[in-house]
Amino acid sequence: MQTITARTFDIGYMDTLAGGDSALHRLDARAKLLVTLLFIVSVVSFNRYEISRLMPFFLYPVFLIAAGELPAGYLLHKVLAVAPFAIFVGVFNPLLDRTVLFHVGPLAVSGGMASFLSIIIRFLLTVTGALCLVALTGVNGICAALESFGVPKVFAVQLLFLNRYITVLAGEAERMARARALRSFSSKEMPAAVFARLAGQLLLRAYSRAERIYNAMLCRGFDGRLPLPRQAVFCGKDAVFVAAWAVLFAIFRLVDIPQFFGIFLTGLFK
Amino acid sequence: MNGHLIEAERLSYIYPDGTRGISEVSFKAAPGEAVALVGENGAGKSTLLQHLNGCLFPTGGSVRVAGLAVVKENLPAVRRAAGMIFQNPDDQLFMPTVYDDVAFGLLNLGVAEGELEGKVLKALETVGIAHLRGRQPYRLSQGEKRAAAIAAVVALEPEVLVMDEPTSNLDPKARRRLIALLKTFGHAKIIATHDLDFALEVCGRTIVMHEGLIVADGPAGEVFRKADLLEHCNLEIPPSMKSGLGVNPLN
Repeated sequence: MQTITARTFDIGYMDTLAGGDSALHRLDARAKLLVTLLFIVSVVSFNRYEISRLMPFFLYPVFLIAAGELPAGYLLHKVLAVAPFAIFVGVFNPLLDRTVLFHVGPLAVSGGMASFLSIIIRFLLTVTGALCLVALTGVNGICAALESFGVPKVFAVQLLFLNRYITVLAGEAERMARARALRSFSSKEMPAAVFARLAGQLLLRAYSRAERIYNAMLCRGFDGRLPLPRQAVFCGKDAVFVAAWAVLFAIFRLVDIPQFFGIFLTGLFK
Repeated sequence: MNGHLIEAERLSYIYPDGTRGISEVSFKAAPGEAVALVGENGAGKSTLLQHLNGCLFPTGGSVRVAGLAVVKENLPAVRRAAGMIFQNPDDQLFMPTVYDDVAFGLLNLGVAEGELEGKVLKALETVGIAHLRGRQPYRLSQGEKRAAAIAAVVALEPEVLVMDEPTSNLDPKARRRLIALLKTFGHAKIIATHDLDFALEVCGRTIVMHEGLIVADGPAGEVFRKADLLEHCNLEIPPSMKSGLGVNPLN
C-alpha cells in the first residue's frame, strides 16, 4: 500500500522538477525540445555496431542534470525502471549474430554483443535526454512546443490529458488498494479473482470520474480545443542554446572523438 | 429578464433508468440573491443544479438563466452566466498548475494574452491563494483545492455561482474561510448543501427539497424553525439555532 502511495506521489514529481528556476528551466520549451530531438536523431543515426563514438553524447544529459540541478539518482532510477524493454529488444542479438568484430584482450566480441551494447547505450542516452527534457520543461510546455512545431493540436492535447489522467487513475487505484488492504488482514497476496475485480472497478470509477471532469470542463467553455498557454518569445539565449548544441552534436557525429583522443594520448606517451 | 437571473418553470427530469430526479420544480432567483438548496440525499438538489448550466436538459418544463433558455444553442452564454463549482474539486481541477487551471476558462472565452495574467492573478488574490499559482492542483489540501476551484470560476465573472456541497470535506478553519469568502461575493448564489449552519450564515433564502419536489421556500431563519418539516425531510434544526449560540437569524 505504501508502495502505491509512493508511486502515486512519484508520478507528479517530474512536474515538480519542471517548476524549478535554473537557467535551463527558463529557456524556451521549443529550444529544449528542438535540441532534444537533434540529440536523439544524432544518437540513433550511427550504425548498429557503434559503441565508442556514442560516448561523447553523454555530455548532453550530464550537462542538463548538472546545470538544471536535477536529481541524478532519481532520473537513473527512472531509466532503469524501463531498461527491461531495451534489454528485451537486444538480448537475442549475441545469439543471432556471432561474427567476431574485434578482440578485447582474449575476449572475442561478436557483432551481436556489440549491437546489444550499442542498443543499451543508445537507450540510456535517449531516455535520459527525454526525461531531462520533461524534468526541465514540464508536459504542458512540451505540448505547447509540439503544437507550435505544427504537431496537430489533438495529439498535443491527448498527451496533456494522458499526463493528467494518470494521476487521477493512480489516485483511484491507491484508494481502492488501501480499502482492500485494510480488510485483508493477514493476506498479503492479492488473488487473481480479486485483482480482476479491482481492475474492473478501477475502469468503471475512472470512467465515471472522467465524465465528471468532462462536465466541469464543459462548464468552463471547453469545446474540444484545449487552449494551451502561448509560448514566450524565442530570444537570443534560446538560439544560442540550440546553435551550440547543434554544432556539438554535428562534431560528435562527424568526428571520431574517442579515436582522436586515443591517438593523442598514445602519441603523448609514446 | 424580468428582474430574475434564474427562472425554473415546472422543471422535471427523469433519468434514463426511469428514476425521477425532480418533479415540477418552479423557483426564481434575483441578482445578488443567495439561495440554499437543502434536502436529504437523493432529494434532487444536484439534479436541479445540473439543469442550471446545461449538464442536464429537462424532460419537462423549462429553465432560463440570465434571460436565456437553457438549450443547446445557448450553452456557451448560459455557462458564462452560471459558474458551476462542483462538489469534488478534483473533478474540476485538471490542468498541471493552479495558474493554468484558472486560465483555462479564460482562454476558452478568448481573453487576450495581455489581459490573461492580470485576470488570473486577480481571481487567485480574491480567494487568497495567489501564492499557490505555480503549484500542482492535486498536491493541494482540500481547502486549497476548493479555493482554486472557486477562483477558476470567479475568474470568468459569472452572474451566478452554482455550488454543490461546497463545505464537504473541509476542516472547520477552511469552512470558516469559505463562509467569509462567499460573504464577500456580490454574485447571486445557488448552493446545494447539507450544512444547514452554513446555509443559515451565507444564504438569506432556503429551498427545501424532498423526493424531487420543493416542499418549502422562504427566509432561512424561518424555514429552519419548522421542526416538523425538517423532520419529514430527514433534516435537523441547525445546531447553532438549537443551542441559541452563534448566528441568530431573527436578529
